[in-house]
Amino acid sequence: MIRDITLGQYYQADSVIHKLDPRVKLTATICFIVSLFVVRSWVGYMVAAVFLAAMIKLSKVPFKYMVKGMKAIVFILLITVVFNLFLTPGEVLVSVWKFKITKEGIHFAVMMAVRLSFLIVGSSVMTLTTTPNSLTDGMEKLMKPLKVFKVPVHEVAMMMSIALRFIPILLEETDKIMKAQIARGADFESGNLIKKAKAMVPLLVPLFISAFRRANDLAMAMEARCYRGGEHRTKMKPLKYAGRDRIAYGVLAAYFAVCVCIRVYFR
Amino acid sequence: MPIILNHVDYIYSGDTSLAVHALKDVNLVIPDGQFIGLIGHTGSGKSTLVQHLNGLIKPTGGNIYFNGEDIHAEDYNKKKLRSKVGLVFQYPEHQLFEIDVFTDVCFGPKNLGLSRQETELRAYAALKQVGLEDEYFYQSPFDLSGGQKRRVAIAGVLAMKPDVLILDEPTAGLDPKGRDEILDQIAKLKKETGITVILVSHSMEDVAKYVERIIVMNKGSVMYDDTPKEVFKHYRELEEVGLAAPQVTYIMQALHRNGLPVHTDATTIEEAKEAILRALKK
Repeated sequence: MIRDITLGQYYQADSVIHKLDPRVKLTATICFIVSLFVVRSWVGYMVAAVFLAAMIKLSKVPFKYMVKGMKAIVFILLITVVFNLFLTPGEVLVSVWKFKITKEGIHFAVMMAVRLSFLIVGSSVMTLTTTPNSLTDGMEKLMKPLKVFKVPVHEVAMMMSIALRFIPILLEETDKIMKAQIARGADFESGNLIKKAKAMVPLLVPLFISAFRRANDLAMAMEARCYRGGEHRTKMKPLKYAGRDRIAYGVLAAYFAVCVCIRVYFR
Repeated sequence: MPIILNHVDYIYSGDTSLAVHALKDVNLVIPDGQFIGLIGHTGSGKSTLVQHLNGLIKPTGGNIYFNGEDIHAEDYNKKKLRSKVGLVFQYPEHQLFEIDVFTDVCFGPKNLGLSRQETELRAYAALKQVGLEDEYFYQSPFDLSGGQKRRVAIAGVLAMKPDVLILDEPTAGLDPKGRDEILDQIAKLKKETGITVILVSHSMEDVAKYVERIIVMNKGSVMYDDTPKEVFKHYRELEEVGLAAPQVTYIMQALHRNGLPVHTDATTIEEAKEAILRALKK
């Protein structure tokens, strides 16, 4: 039932991208997103597309999986396209009643659609190739300078990894409780909105209790093993840049430089 | 109302690389009024199997018949099936949610659309059947002890007056006293009402004393399906799949090997005592 939902999916494969340091992938994702807004010409988007396609190819993740992530944002994409299409002022091409499609509108709509879908696919390359744990590890390391401003970097990272860790557990729990209540004749599907909301009580109360119980147990288990926050805490496997990470940074810098050049030379 | 499983197959996450073949060609007939023990190691498919019996899981292959009707037929009333085949999940106390014990037990019969009076009568009778004292009826279910919570949860299913009662590991996490109390209560209930009871467990010790038939599951298939005496004869094979016969079986086997002429098919301590005394008198 509910367990079929895949969330924050990590796709197991043996590829160069999988092996990269999470910091590289985080930086690369941010750079890629920025680059999408730096370039404004079709040449630029061609370069971005080639770069993205190369990354997908290298990651060995089937393209089908990437597109799966797109399904969720189709609606947002559509709204953006429609708004840009009709509400951009400029040279009128077609006019139906109050709505005018302008040349600039078409340009913007297509550009926004390309930008958004590249953005989603680009960031899903990261989530598909990085385990949630190494992702939070990378974030913790990258955000370390913020400690100067008293940002509790380690604690935030720990909370994130615990939250991610609990998603599958709570999904499984929800599935179990749902089944148990269905076995007692509960009905989660039929009825109007109010009836449906009421039907959630037998599911939510046990779920919350179980979440609190698990959180309590986890806190106790962490304290039993002397967890005391980020102070003086060392890692068993500290993140270390390898040769391929330096190469990746090089490739990334080259890509970004190309994007900036395109911005300057192609208007 | 017998349950028939005909070539039932079930595969988890069928279309992905994570596919698990949880049930393989399971054929079973569960006649009325039997007391059955369903035994298997963790991951043997026993929990998956019982969820098929009340239609919570649809088999990927094969059919399940309840009272002669295919439970996955288009027009079959699953809600009614679930009131007839009561399933108590593992750690059922984790599903309690109402403000007091009595209201929680009322949840099942209320969902069946019964009148308020009938609902309350059934809830009261169910709570009595599991041996819970009146003084707990209007307490919050979360204030009770583990054993009492479990009784309340079992009562919640019993209140629907099922013809078949399935209990998935009803003794998990209880101390020996709580375990014996729950099992004795179930045996008593079985005797009084004559309903079919299926006890799911991984412990032979627990069920040997009570049941008349044991179904052993291994890796998704039925390995043995016979009376306890017959099943325990295969104690060496059982050990190989991570199960064990009751301790008395081992004692009787050891006595026999060392020259005491006892029958080795005793399954309970009482029977063993009789057998040893008989052998000594000879």
